[in-house]
Amino acid sequence: MAKLKERKIEGLVPDASGAAAIEFGNEKGYLLPKKHRWIMPEGLKGWVALIPALFFLIIFMIYPIINAILMSFINNFYWVGGSNSSFAIINYFAAIDNTRSGIEVSWGVLNYIKCFSDDLFWQALGNTGMIVIISVPLTIIIALLIAVCINAIKPLKGFYQTVFFLPYVTNSIALGMVFNVMFSSGSAGLFNSLIGVFGLDPQNWLGDMAPKANMFLVIVIYSIWNGLAFKILVFMSGLATIDRQYYDAARIDGASRAMIFKKITVPLLSPQILYITITSFIGATKSYTQIISLFGGGQIDFGGTDGNRWITIVGYIYKYMLSTNESALGRAAAGSIILLVIVLIITGLQFLVSNKRVYY
Amino acid sequence: MAEHEMYFASEAQLRQYKARKIITQVLLYGFLTLIGLFIIIPFYYMIITSLKSTTAYDNEQIRGELVFWLNQTNVSVEQYAKVLSKGGDFGYFYLNTVIVAVASTAFTIVTTIFASFAFARVDFKGKNFIFMILMATMMVPGEMMILTNYQTALSFGWKNTYAALILVHGVSVFYIFYLRQTFQQIPNELFLAAKVDGYGHFSYLLKVMIPIASPTIVSIIILSLMGAWNAYVWPQLIASGKNPRFGNSMLLVSNGLMAKFQSSEFSSDDPAKITGSMFATVPLFIFFLIFRKYIMRGVSRSGIKG
Repeated sequence: MAKLKERKIEGLVPDASGAAAIEFGNEKGYLLPKKHRWIMPEGLKGWVALIPALFFLIIFMIYPIINAILMSFINNFYWVGGSNSSFAIINYFAAIDNTRSGIEVSWGVLNYIKCFSDDLFWQALGNTGMIVIISVPLTIIIALLIAVCINAIKPLKGFYQTVFFLPYVTNSIALGMVFNVMFSSGSAGLFNSLIGVFGLDPQNWLGDMAPKANMFLVIVIYSIWNGLAFKILVFMSGLATIDRQYYDAARIDGASRAMIFKKITVPLLSPQILYITITSFIGATKSYTQIISLFGGGQIDFGGTDGNRWITIVGYIYKYMLSTNESALGRAAAGSIILLVIVLIITGLQFLVSNKRVYY
Repeated sequence: MAEHEMYFASEAQLRQYKARKIITQVLLYGFLTLIGLFIIIPFYYMIITSLKSTTAYDNEQIRGELVFWLNQTNVSVEQYAKVLSKGGDFGYFYLNTVIVAVASTAFTIVTTIFASFAFARVDFKGKNFIFMILMATMMVPGEMMILTNYQTALSFGWKNTYAALILVHGVSVFYIFYLRQTFQQIPNELFLAAKVDGYGHFSYLLKVMIPIASPTIVSIIILSLMGAWNAYVWPQLIASGKNPRFGNSMLLVSNGLMAKFQSSEFSSDDPAKITGSMFATVPLFIFFLIFRKYIMRGVSRSGIKG
């Protein structure tokens, strides 16, 4: 309250004739009718504050979503450079209008049919599915175990927390290349030396002729290595909010550690587990950068002799987007809509399953 | 954790309890150390490989035997000299990354603060409708937008420009949502009190809300800076050439690194690649060591919205 007294009060002037005197704390002043200053109505204020963000979101997010949906349903979509407008879809319609000689906008699902009848698309879908099903649950379980273990120790707690966080502050292209060299095929490769200790022969892990399963192992190991940090951190912050009384009560009742983990830790951590599960399933469905960084051959090298061995859905989209054939854009758009549908299904399913199992 | 007083029926039971406690501790530390090694080894391997001379590395490959330690016979700064002389563009990669990271973070912060404020504190028609639409777009994969943004940026004449790297993905719905949550937790009474003091919306935002929400804002700054350091897909698409006005390379760190890996000098030179990776890793690590507390807190805060 002391602060209030020192502050000047707007509209309160020390002296004026004819105006009512007002005492405020130890200040005395006169309230004058304010000069008519235009005050922006609240509704307008809201819009003014929102407009900078909204402007960019509409151009670079809302319009692209609509455009992708339209492109995917136009059978003969092709990109027309910016002659009329900055928006590809308007240019396309204008170009169609100008060259009415035989070409017409043809709406339809041809792009989707092309996707679904493409072996490469099914390969991408299968690869993505494998990555999601194997690497996500493994990473979550390991992260949960580590978080619980770190939470149970006292000395060196901060040290371990920092160590497990390190992969989060790295560049995934850079570390992908380190893994690439660690898994090099010669017997001097780090991983080959390691398995050599157990008497196993050196293997080709990431080379063009490497077996698909070997590549998969490296992808899973790199995903786990890369993905643990964030999950551990989120679980740790969840664990910090659990009241110790629950554990004390359980211990008095003689519950075992496994029992405590199952009956107290997991249920009370369920909001964090749900959050991590959803975000990592979606993240893994969109795997792309880690795979190209492991193979190190640029934007559309997914390993193998044909460069498609571990192509993912996102990889498939980029492959068609970067294709020199301009009409391939429609197919890339269809691929991205299919990806959206998959993401929505995963999220919906997880909310359904978790509805009864998450305690807030 | 509070110390508990425990009572045991007999000496034997006490001994059993103590023994069990020691075993648990050993298992805990053992498990953590094992996984910790798994996390650390790639870093260690990166450091030793970047410090080996080419002859020493090649000898290892020929003999087929990995030398896991540095010693007087294999240590050298040769790789660093090689990357600096042959891959001298790293200066540009750093410069571009710093420009884009700082500018896009500033842009993000300003737009995010105003938008979150509008959603959290101002009443206007259509607010909830717009907010709902923005929330729905959080589910949409970015790949869907990149398809069109590439075409749009090209027709804006933004190929190989900083504008394309800064503005196109500068506004994030997630950050707006995250900051709005924090703003909403600030009690309404504070706003009414500030109103009595003659504060308008803007001065209230500046003098009250931003200071209170500063931990969240710091988190957003950190996430945005690190995002710029790791950006690969969009920069690779729109800015993998030379700037039309200044003629400098527009590559960011990730893209520059990938370009080096593919270049003829580096593609078959593993130690040089690893050293290139060091160049992309060390600056972020130094940043992390300085701001460790803020980064870890910031990242974990962003993960517990539930």
